[in-house]
Amino acid sequence: MKAGIVSYGGYIPRYRIRPKDIGIVWGADGEAMGRGLNIRAKSVPGPDEDVITISVEASRACMAKVDVDPTEIGAIYVGSESHPYAVKPTATIVAEAIGSAPVMTAADFEFACKAGTAAMQTTMGLTLSKMMKYGLAVGSDTSQGAPGDALEYSASAGGAAFLIGTDRTIADINHTVSYTTDTPDFWRREGQRYPSHGGRFTGEPAYFKHVIACAQLLFKRAGTTAEDYDYAVFHQPNGKFPVRAAKQLGFKDPQIDAGLCVREIGNTYSGAIMVGLCAILDEAESGDRIFAVGYGSGAGSDGFDITVTDEIGRIRRDATPTIKAQIEDHVFIEYSTYAKYRGKILMREG
Amino acid sequence: MAIPRFWREIASRYNLIGTKCGSCGKVDFPPRAVCPDCGRKSIGKMQRVKLTGKGTVVTYTVIHDAPAQFELQKPYVMAIIEMEEGVRLTSQVIDTKPEDVKIGMKVQAAFRKLGQEGEAGVIHYGYKFRPAG
Repeated sequence: MKAGIVSYGGYIPRYRIRPKDIGIVWGADGEAMGRGLNIRAKSVPGPDEDVITISVEASRACMAKVDVDPTEIGAIYVGSESHPYAVKPTATIVAEAIGSAPVMTAADFEFACKAGTAAMQTTMGLTLSKMMKYGLAVGSDTSQGAPGDALEYSASAGGAAFLIGTDRTIADINHTVSYTTDTPDFWRREGQRYPSHGGRFTGEPAYFKHVIACAQLLFKRAGTTAEDYDYAVFHQPNGKFPVRAAKQLGFKDPQIDAGLCVREIGNTYSGAIMVGLCAILDEAESGDRIFAVGYGSGAGSDGFDITVTDEIGRIRRDATPTIKAQIEDHVFIEYSTYAKYRGKILMREG
Repeated sequence: MAIPRFWREIASRYNLIGTKCGSCGKVDFPPRAVCPDCGRKSIGKMQRVKLTGKGTVVTYTVIHDAPAQFELQKPYVMAIIEMEEGVRLTSQVIDTKPEDVKIGMKVQAAFRKLGQEGEAGVIHYGYKFRPAG
């Protein structure tokens, strides 16, 4: 018996800002920065959007595609590094908003950008062991980069939800492996508004070491090579790292194109690989094989070897807008509006 | 808004839960204990009903002078929306420019932050409406 994805849903806020418009404010060549990062725009949450609203929208999009009774969901885990409350779960609000509460368990996860995939693995275990029929794993973020920091050009907002179970799966998860070490490449201390990072240290000893090691473990576990897959998707902190990692592993551009959403929406952190996986599932056909390796700073990678089943043709994939449609439906804003929406302007109390 | 008051309204604010009169079939939102048309005939016959979230803009206004919590959103649109079930409610219309909102426009419910009790207080969530895709 295998656990797998029963349904999926993603949500990307409508607003976008271009690297050029961020660079203008800080006296930097934003266009060059955007080219270097392979990011044309990044998504910005509206003033009334946060990780809770994004998680609810993604979860509702997930539930709209299938006829699953939400009270059959036994666990909801929401992975994020920008939960609106330090204490009070995002997951309970998601549970109420999709009608799953109260006979279920819920918790918030945090592991930088891979808390959502950690939630997928947890719900796989809970459903495979028959402790519950379904689990909902959500990865969502409204990430922030300090004003003027390199992160500000990429840190964006979005999220995705996966309904995990063992019955009527649209995509079976054949294997999952993880690779975890103590690597201080990116962090945010309690009470700090913006994260800190180790600059170039976030590359070789962090992202590449973990993603490549996890991917190679997954190849070994599955007995596969890059050629065996129709699609590959990686954590995408920018549009450069995943492309380089994919090439090192032997993947070609057509395999990674569908899931490389970062170029149009930036780095959605916990949502990044999950939104990419949603974009792939929006177009995948029965029999397609997907290779997915996420990454979270701190640091670790979760890998998934996935096979799409016949069931993909039976769910309502068009019940909510596809990731591609959400990427195309956007409104560009200037830095001033972005600063206002992201709470970067000090307002009077009231 | 006091915490218990908002907490009591979570079902209707998150999931548009109203009531349907078992006597005349009229849908009310927010939920009612007694049908205003049928009176005591409806007692014990009021059923919980979840609205589809689809509606039409009946009329609207653009708010330029906003309360403190909505300063960041102005100018924004408040509309009376007639739901598919016939009941009308007042809500904000989001993800569109005020000049693009029209009477008769189709809208659908979205889940958004409604407000908060200051930076350290509880955050309130619930429905707003966006143009239907």
